[in-house]
Amino acid sequence: MDFSSAFVLALRALGRNKMRSSLTMLGLIIGVGAVIAVIGIGDGAATKAQEQLAAMGSNMLFVGSGSVNRYGLHVGSFQTKSLVLADARAIVRECPSVSAAAPGTGIGQQVVYGNENWATQITGTEPQYFEVRNWPFASGTSFSEDDVTQAATVAVLGDTVRKDLFGSRNPVGETIRVGTLPFKVVGVLTPKGTSAGSNQDQDDVIIAPLTTVQKKLLGQEWLRWIMVSAVSRQSSYVAQQQIESLLRDRHKIRAGDPDDFVVRNLADMADAAAEQGTVMTVLLTIVASIALLVGGIGIMNIMLVSVTERTREIGIRMAVGATEEDVRLQFLIEALVLGLIGGTIGILFGVTSSLAVSQGLGWPIRIPAYAIAVSTLFAITIALFFGFYPARRASRLNPIEALRYE
Amino acid sequence: MATVNSVTTTNPVETDGRGVPLVEVHDLRKTYQLGETEVHALRGVSVSIHAGDFVAIMGASGSGKSTFMNILGCLDKPTSGRYLLEGVDVSRLTKKELARIRNQKIGFVFQGFNLLGRTTALENTELPMLYSKTNKNDRDRRAREALAQVGLADRADHFPSQLSGGQQQRVAIARALVNQPRILLADEPTGNLDSRTSVEVMEIFQRLNLTGLTIILVTHEPDIAQFAKREIVFRDGQIRRDDVVKVPHMASEVLKTMPTIRD
Repeated sequence: MDFSSAFVLALRALGRNKMRSSLTMLGLIIGVGAVIAVIGIGDGAATKAQEQLAAMGSNMLFVGSGSVNRYGLHVGSFQTKSLVLADARAIVRECPSVSAAAPGTGIGQQVVYGNENWATQITGTEPQYFEVRNWPFASGTSFSEDDVTQAATVAVLGDTVRKDLFGSRNPVGETIRVGTLPFKVVGVLTPKGTSAGSNQDQDDVIIAPLTTVQKKLLGQEWLRWIMVSAVSRQSSYVAQQQIESLLRDRHKIRAGDPDDFVVRNLADMADAAAEQGTVMTVLLTIVASIALLVGGIGIMNIMLVSVTERTREIGIRMAVGATEEDVRLQFLIEALVLGLIGGTIGILFGVTSSLAVSQGLGWPIRIPAYAIAVSTLFAITIALFFGFYPARRASRLNPIEALRYE
Repeated sequence: MATVNSVTTTNPVETDGRGVPLVEVHDLRKTYQLGETEVHALRGVSVSIHAGDFVAIMGASGSGKSTFMNILGCLDKPTSGRYLLEGVDVSRLTKKELARIRNQKIGFVFQGFNLLGRTTALENTELPMLYSKTNKNDRDRRAREALAQVGLADRADHFPSQLSGGQQQRVAIARALVNQPRILLADEPTGNLDSRTSVEVMEIFQRLNLTGLTIILVTHEPDIAQFAKREIVFRDGQIRRDDVVKVPHMASEVLKTMPTIRD
């Protein structure tokens, strides 16, 4: 029997039992859909994480004041008072792998403009902060060194704060109230999105001179953190070591005692994010494989039922001259068609569901061509693998008994 | 002298089919293992059937006639003995070669019609050609011709469920004819049909036999056997009787005497 008539035959046989055929394909649809979604979402997430890390600033290191030593940026509780401005100056002066350092602190405050008010985070820092974090201005400028020296009440707004207080108006030159203090808005930052580690909105922030926040809002002299730029990406680990030994020295920590500060570098965070991503991908891949396996068993099950049901048909075909190969081919092609249709629907399903997920989470979606190729191949392989046994069984039927089968 | 010589040297193959028989079986035996007991379905059957013959095989159930038919139809292999089809020893052939013989040389007609459901008469008729590498156009043309031969040209697009029993059996005959076989094997072809339809089917068989087609028919109705040219009776796995039917009934004549009951 030639291939094209076998194909038509298979389509017709499957068409006779539409409900059953669709249910049979369901396992494959879910399996293939899951594979596509895993790859699509995973790739999108990885891309997004890369973008976020890049957006956090080039070659950035984060030095936090003493906190419980845990993963990530914002977990620390900033308990110790040992991290001071002189440390930030010393890091720039004495660590050869460091190009810049921005000392900083912060406090949560209610901000008011006209009728609008908004609870946000006030960050106090110095002008080089914007370079260290690689954060361009949408309008206006940074505050100046002088503003820092004079503890001027000027502020730079993050994009979220701008939207919430000013809507479409230009805030530069306007005055807002932070707690009881009036601040003049000098600049607005471009949006940065959520942070890679903690999913915090990085644009929900007001940035003011360090001294202003320390003296007028916090009443504290010490720092919560120092953002450091290494001279290059490669040197960030060296920079980290230099900072650690410098700070241990300055804080007079004896050998063997724990640090009273935390140094994190972006490479670490990228690794951590990548590791999380890998774990996730492995888990989802296992789920997808199980779904595919179950789908394959479903195909086998239905094909076996179908072979039994169509015993008489097989007998008739053999009586008029079908060889074992012909019968085997017929059932294999039915399995193949199931696999192809199931795989195709699965791909559509996977693409739609990853689109939905990316819409929901605001991730970019990336479904590489290889994902589609791989899952199609998978569907076909599974179908042929699990279709082979029923097809063989059909071909081995004794024509006389098959003809007598009721 | 000369004239006598010329008569005796006539090629035997051309003497009205009396040369190399189309079917020749010699001491055919078939034993089944049914659990502990051995069942001897055939206990040494020898017979020759020449091209153009029309044989009715009779016998009670269990007499071995079905086993004999299955072996003749290359659906089954004998335990021992020889089966020569057109001089070729079929019992030595592989399954694939047997399938080819079923496809090319043998046409089957069954008691239960054995048509594929939800498949049109035309497609049912095309079925053997699916397995003989015939292209789509030829398939269609030859299937329509075969259907016309059995008087069903106008029913080509009907499904078996839309046809009467007699019509279904005629589709089955068309299917058996479509690859122009050497033998038509019919296993109780009238068993599921009323008497008039039975005679109609026999009329088709006689007509086909007149064109030279060899027909071997299993039946347990003596009336039906009277339409054949030769009657072989099986009992206990052996041939008990092998007679020429003296004056075969002509189905076309019998039909004239029968009342037409249309369903």
